[in-house]
Formats: sequence, structure tokens, C-alpha cells
Amino acid sequence: MGGYSLTDLVSIMAMQGFAGLILFSVFVLMALGLAIIFGQMGVINMAHGEFLILGAYMTYICSHVVQTYAPALFPVYFFAAVLLAFGASFLLGIVVEWLLIRHLYKRPLDTLLATWGLSLILQQIYRSIFGAREVGVELPPWMMGALQATDTIQIPINGLIVMGLTVIITIGVYLLIYRSRWGKQIRAVTGNRVMAGAVGIDTDRIDRYTFGIGCGIAGVAGAAFTMIGSTSPTAGQLYIVDTFLVVVFGGAASLLGTIASAFTISQARSTLEFFLSGSMAQVLVLLTVVGILMLRPQGLFTLKVRR
Amino acid sequence: MSETDYMLAVEGLTVSFDGFRAVDDLTFYVDRNEIRVIIGPNGAGKTTVLDLICGRTKASAGSIKFQNEELRTLKEHQIVRRGVGRKFQTPSIYDDLTVFENLEISFPRGRGVFGALAFRRDAEVRDRVEEVAKTIFLADALQRRAEFLSHGQKQWLEIGMLLIQQPSLMMLDEPVAGMSVAERKKTAELLHTITAGRSVLVVEHDMGFVEDIAHRVTVMHQGKILSEGTLAHVKADQRVVDVYLGH
Amino acid sequence: MSLLARLNTPERRELLWLAIFSVIILVVLPSILEPFRLNLFGKYLTYGFVTLGLVICWGDAGILSLGQGVFFGLGGYCMAMFLKLEASSVANTKIQSTPGIPDFMDWNQITHLPFFWQPFHSLAFSLAAVVVVPTVLALVIGVAMFKRRVGGTYFAIITQAIAAILTILIIGQQGYTGGVNGITDLRTLWGWDIRTDHAKTILYFVSAIALILCILAARVVRMSKLGRLLRALRDREDRVRFSGYEVANFKIFAFCFAAAVAGIGGAMFTLQVGFMSPSLIGIVPSIEMVIFCAVGGRTSLLGAVYGALLVNWAKTTFSEDLPQLWLLAMGGLFIAVVLAFPNGLAGIFRLAIDRLPKGPGGRRQPGITPVVAEQAGAPQ
Repeated sequence: MGGYSLTDLVSIMAMQGFAGLILFSVFVLMALGLAIIFGQMGVINMAHGEFLILGAYMTYICSHVVQTYAPALFPVYFFAAVLLAFGASFLLGIVVEWLLIRHLYKRPLDTLLATWGLSLILQQIYRSIFGAREVGVELPPWMMGALQATDTIQIPINGLIVMGLTVIITIGVYLLIYRSRWGKQIRAVTGNRVMAGAVGIDTDRIDRYTFGIGCGIAGVAGAAFTMIGSTSPTAGQLYIVDTFLVVVFGGAASLLGTIASAFTISQARSTLEFFLSGSMAQVLVLLTVVGILMLRPQGLFTLKVRR
Repeated sequence: MSETDYMLAVEGLTVSFDGFRAVDDLTFYVDRNEIRVIIGPNGAGKTTVLDLICGRTKASAGSIKFQNEELRTLKEHQIVRRGVGRKFQTPSIYDDLTVFENLEISFPRGRGVFGALAFRRDAEVRDRVEEVAKTIFLADALQRRAEFLSHGQKQWLEIGMLLIQQPSLMMLDEPVAGMSVAERKKTAELLHTITAGRSVLVVEHDMGFVEDIAHRVTVMHQGKILSEGTLAHVKADQRVVDVYLGH
Repeated sequence: MSLLARLNTPERRELLWLAIFSVIILVVLPSILEPFRLNLFGKYLTYGFVTLGLVICWGDAGILSLGQGVFFGLGGYCMAMFLKLEASSVANTKIQSTPGIPDFMDWNQITHLPFFWQPFHSLAFSLAAVVVVPTVLALVIGVAMFKRRVGGTYFAIITQAIAAILTILIIGQQGYTGGVNGITDLRTLWGWDIRTDHAKTILYFVSAIALILCILAARVVRMSKLGRLLRALRDREDRVRFSGYEVANFKIFAFCFAAAVAGIGGAMFTLQVGFMSPSLIGIVPSIEMVIFCAVGGRTSLLGAVYGALLVNWAKTTFSEDLPQLWLLAMGGLFIAVVLAFPNGLAGIFRLAIDRLPKGPGGRRQPGITPVVAEQAGAPQ
């Protein structure tokens, strides 16, 4: 590491750390949706990345429409875009659950294949509508700036917004799953579907909305994603493996585990990326995660229960 | 503990799930050629005891000695190969296969990967399968697919799948649940004929059946032993009447 | 006694279908297709190796691997490394700054052959590696996962991650692997030019015969007690375990078998197509292989091989004319197979056969083997 002074290194670590935090936020948002769907319902949704991209395209559309028809509102369009992204992905999720997923609850491996098919279809639809090329979202000027923390450390404002969004959604999910009556019903259905049905919980409805919310959160992740990457029909696929690893690594049913593992993986990757090439950093992190999962398949956080 | 004559010696056996002690400091002994029945209210830990003995659940403390050998450190298939057979609560058989094939798969030969590849259906296998099929009243059904058997016949088939392994200790989890009266009678008969040279550990709720088969009875309650002895003895025990037999 | 009646045992019927299949790929296709098309079918056949392995691993033992492309690729790369070294003789590469090493190494300023390339000068070593390397990797993964009772969806995700790792690694280390372009410009096998039409036709027959042999080997496994045990543990893992079997070893065997045949398929791919690249082995190709198998029928060896042929043929045909529609068609196919025909084409075929008027003395067992209802993933 010769050639860098100590202050340089500190700044680099801080800025890489911050870059990692943005990646972390997107990971958390994506993983939260998956953690609900996979961890709570046991459903593998390979089209999760396409729900993310739906959110990203919604943000893209929103920025264009607002810029064209209501430029005065442009500075705050992003917040409307988040809601739109959530709504669109949520609705699509509900439709998908009704058409596809509900027939496959007893065959998780088949769900995986069917949702992969769905992801291909969605990709092609995006390509037909938006074209194969990557599109970027224009941000209002105030979101483009950066805070000058010290002489050498800059903190981009859009990063702060993404992180704020992540915190809000995470708290929301926590309240929903662990504090609300509905969350109790979700957990009851997960724990014992037959019994939950017998005590009068409408399991079909719970399944449908749970899936929808998981997808909706992926849509929000997509809105956040537009700030760090450009959107293309296949961009979602790039993230799906990472996200599944985040969820599995954290221990599928644990919210805290999901967040901790998203943090570990994203920080490790962005820190390593500075010293190695991007691809090698990714390989190293993936290999480590797979290695740890082989030693500790239950993930980082689990409860001991009777099998 | 030193060498004993017991088939099975369970001492101080404890297991807890997240702080809840499902089985708590349990000690009991099963003699050779004994049919022992474990009874008790739901949630008493009866099935968990069977799970612990056959290695499906790992104990937190205590010892399980089978013919003076500690089982706690062995894996499930090793325990089976030592001579402990286990029947599950709901009939657990291979629906796709015929009765013959169900029994053949359980025949204790060719248990390694390549042993299974080289396994041939010779006269010894055939004779043994037919012999066991006769014992479990399924001699006429050998070529029938197992999914088309009646519920009672499925239970017998699973007992037969244990029998063909010639275990020294057979553990049966509610073998007559869902059976007709006639089938229960036949099952009791079956257990008496197969107990020669082996011990049987049964978890059962049906008191009529328990009366038919049990040499001795162990009553469990909240993970502990409440009472033990002959059926007449435990029936006379006021605590047993209070928690179990009373209702 | 009519022919139909004599062919009535399931075993003999199956042999008859295998004979018909052999005639199709050894006689019919070569006589009706021009060399270019035949070579394409040769390429499709190599996916048949992968799908027949998946029948044992996924259809029988219930282990879904989303990383079969890894094994296919390892077999293919082992073959490609040998061919590349032969194509990079000092005489062929004298314009390079370091003659005698593959061109992509020279472009990446590598001046001597890395140690792990050295043994691939030997054809015998390379051919052994085609089978051994995928098998050993499968063994390591299998021991690590199955001994710890990891299965189902977790296993699928881990194998997918391994596919991702391998492709990123190959692309990232282009000096050693040829990078994103893969290993290209392969010319001769022991001095025999593999690029001519004639050579490609011969290689087609080699592939076809190797595939038939692999089908026969898989059939031996399936008909043995080992095969019955694999199907038994798919549905009743605990019962098998408590009949005294070490279940993990059986799963490891199934996974290794699938890896080994996939490796052979990969090598045959390299020979016939003339290159191997990461785009053929990553996440997407791996999951496509599963789909070939699902479409053909995950519980039928021949069905799965036909699935590989048909889907690939459709893919070529469609993507020549209507590339945009192909993804839609493919996606729709996945969903339709999973929802409506879990036993794939083979299942539909079996149903149709069962409805045929029965020959004299021909009483068939009712119904077809139902596909497994996999255990629900929800924790109990």
C-alpha cells in the first residue's frame, strides 16, 4: 500500500466505506423483500430482480413525466417515484401470486423454475417497451451535490437519501412483521399453515399480500438503485445471486441477520474492490460466503428448534 | 456405568429446545425380550424419547446405552446397523414401490452406495421377503403398489420393514393409530410373535391395546417419568389417574 | 403372441424406445441433415449429457442443481486447454513475443505457461480430467453440503452462486483463461483437423455413441437398488436413513454422476463447436439446462435427452427468425411445464400410451409415476 499517506488511507477507507453503505442500502432493500418472501413464506422468487427493475423504470418514467409536464415539481419527484415504484411492484406481485405462486407452495423447487420463466418474460417486456439500452434517471440538482465532511472526504447527498429510505423501510418492515397483528398472522401461516387456516386466518389473503409487499419493497429498492446504477432490462439479474446469498447467509428467517449479512457482504466487497479488481473482490466475497455457508448452513442467526 | 444385562439403559437423559426441557433427566431400563409401552398425555415427550434413542434428535445430557454401547455419539444409520429399528407415527413407506420392493430396500445388505449398485435379488432375499410378508399378513399383496394398501396394512408394512432388519430393539410410535378393532387384535398378535429374541419399545395411547401387549408400562408427564411398573401398578397410581387416565 | 404383447414388460418397452432413439440419432438425422445442421444437432446432443445427469440427480434423488453449467464448462475447458496447447505450437505462434503459449496469454503479457496448464499437453491426462475435475468438484460440494443435511432450495442457491463465481473468475483472469471470449481458435486433435465438415460428422457420431453409452450407464444405475434408493430418499429421506443407509453418500453419488456426464458433454461440445467460453456455463445457461430437462421430463432419461434436442432446436429456429419472441416463448414454456406438465413431454407421452387400446394380455399398472411433491420449504 506504499504511496498513500495515512490521511489518504483514512479518507479512502471512509469513502469506500460510504460507497459500501450505499451498496449496503440497496442490498438491504432487495434482501428485505426476499427475506419476507423466502424467509417467511419459503418461496424462491427468481424474478425478484425484475421487480427491482420495474421500480427503477417507474422512477425513470416519473422523472420524465414530471420534467415534461410539471417541471416545478421536479425537485421532489423522487419521493413520488418511490411510492409509484412500490405500488407498481406491489400490484404486479399480487397478480403473479394469484396466477402462479399459489399453485406451487408445496413445490418450492418448481417455484424457482416458474419464477425464472417469469423473469425472462418480464425482461423481454421491458426490452420491448424501454429498449435494450441502459437508461439513466436525471436527479434534481440539489440531490446531486455532496457534503464536504473534511478536506478529503465527500459524502454524496443522494447516498444519504438512499440510506434514509432504507432505514425507514427497515423499521416499517420490522413493525409490520413483529409488531402488527398482520405480522403475527404471517408468522402463524408460516409456522403452521393448516392450523392457521383452522383458527380462521385467511391464509390465501395473507400469502397474497405478503408476496405483494415483498415485491413492493423490491420496487423501492429499484428506485434507490437508479441513483447508483443505470437501468437496463437485464440489470436485475446481476443482483439476484448476491441478494439470495445475503438472505441465506443471514439466516433466512431473521431480519437482523439479513441486515447484518448485507452489511458484511457489501462492506467487504467495496473495501476489497479498492485493493483488487472488482471481479476478484466479488469472487473473493462470494467464495467466502459460500465457504462459510458450507460450514454453517443455517446462516448467521438461527433459533434451535425441534425438527 | 458398568456392564449390564439390559437391552437398553437410559440414564439422566435430557434435551432442551430453546430453554424448554422436553425430556428432563429421564432414567429407565428395558430388559431383553421385554415389551415396554410408554404412555402419557400429549406433549409429555414420548416421541422425543424415541427420537433421542434413534439419533434423530441430539441429547443435551445423559447417556443412552444399547447393549452396553453408548448411542449418543453415533449417527442414525450406525444406530440402525447396531440393531435399533424405528417406526414413525404416520406410516412411512415408499408409495411408488411394491410391497416386495419396500421390504427388499430394507433388507440389510448392500447398504453402501456401490453395494446398492451391485445388489442382486437372489434366493436369500426372496425367501426372507416372503417370510416377513407372511408374518405381517401381506403375503398375497407382494406385487401391489404400497400406496394402494389400506392404512392398517401400511402400518404392518412398516413394521415388516423393521422386522427384515432383525433389530434387537424395535421402537414403534403409535402402531395402531387409525386401525380398526380387528386390525388392532392382529397387530397385538403380531407383536407377541415377533418379540422372541428382541425388545420392543412402544409409544401408544390406546389403553386396550396397551393392556394386550405391555409387559411393563412407563408413564411420562412433562418430560419426566411419573410412574413405572405393570399396567395394574400404574393404573393404581393416583398421580397417573390425575394427569392422564382420568380423562 | 403379437409383437406388442411380447414387448409389454416395462423394461423391454424402455429398451425399444432406446433403440428407436439410437436409430433416430445414428441413422435418420445424419441421412436427412446437411453437415452444418447435423453439427448443430451434435451441439444439442452435448446438452443431452447434462440433462440425463439431471434425471438421476434431480428427477430421482430430488437434488436440484443450478450449477450444471459449471461441470459442463469444466469438462469443456479441460478439452479446450488441450486443443489450445496443440494449436499454440511454437511453429504456429512464432509471431508472438513468447512463442509456444496460447495467444491470449501473450496478449496479456504472460511469458510462460502457468503450472496448471502444463499437464494439458497430454491427451490422456486431458481426457481423464474431463471426467475427474467435475467429479471431484461435485464431491467436495456434495460432502460439504449433504453431510450437513443441506438440501432443497439452499442447495440450489449455493450451486447457482458457484456458477456465478466460476464465470466471474474466468472472465476476471483472462490471462490464464482467455477471459470473456473463452478459449477459441482450436484446430487439431493429435494432428487431425477438427474444423472440416468430415471431421465434424465423425465427431457427431462419437458424441451420439458416447451419449447412448451414458444413457445405458444411467439406466444401470436406475434399475439397480441404488436407483430405487435414490427415488426412495427423495420421498422419504428419514425412512431410508432409519433403514440403515447413510443418505448423504447416496446424494453425493447422484450429484457426482451428474457432474461426470455433464463434463463429458462439455468436452464433446468443445470438440464439435471449436471453442469454450464463460457465456456457455454461467447462471443463465445452467438454469436453461434444468429447463431442457424439465421440458423433456425429469423422470425419464430419454425424455430429458429429447427435451435438450427439442428446446435447443426450437431456440435456434426461433432466434433466427423471431429473436424477441424467443425469450417470451422460453419463459412461457418454463411456466407451462411447471404448472401443467411436471413430468414434461415424457409424462404427456406416457399418458397418451396408457390411453391406447391395450393389446392382448396387456394390463398396465394404473397411472404414471407421479412427480414428487417436494417437501414444503417452510420450517416445521
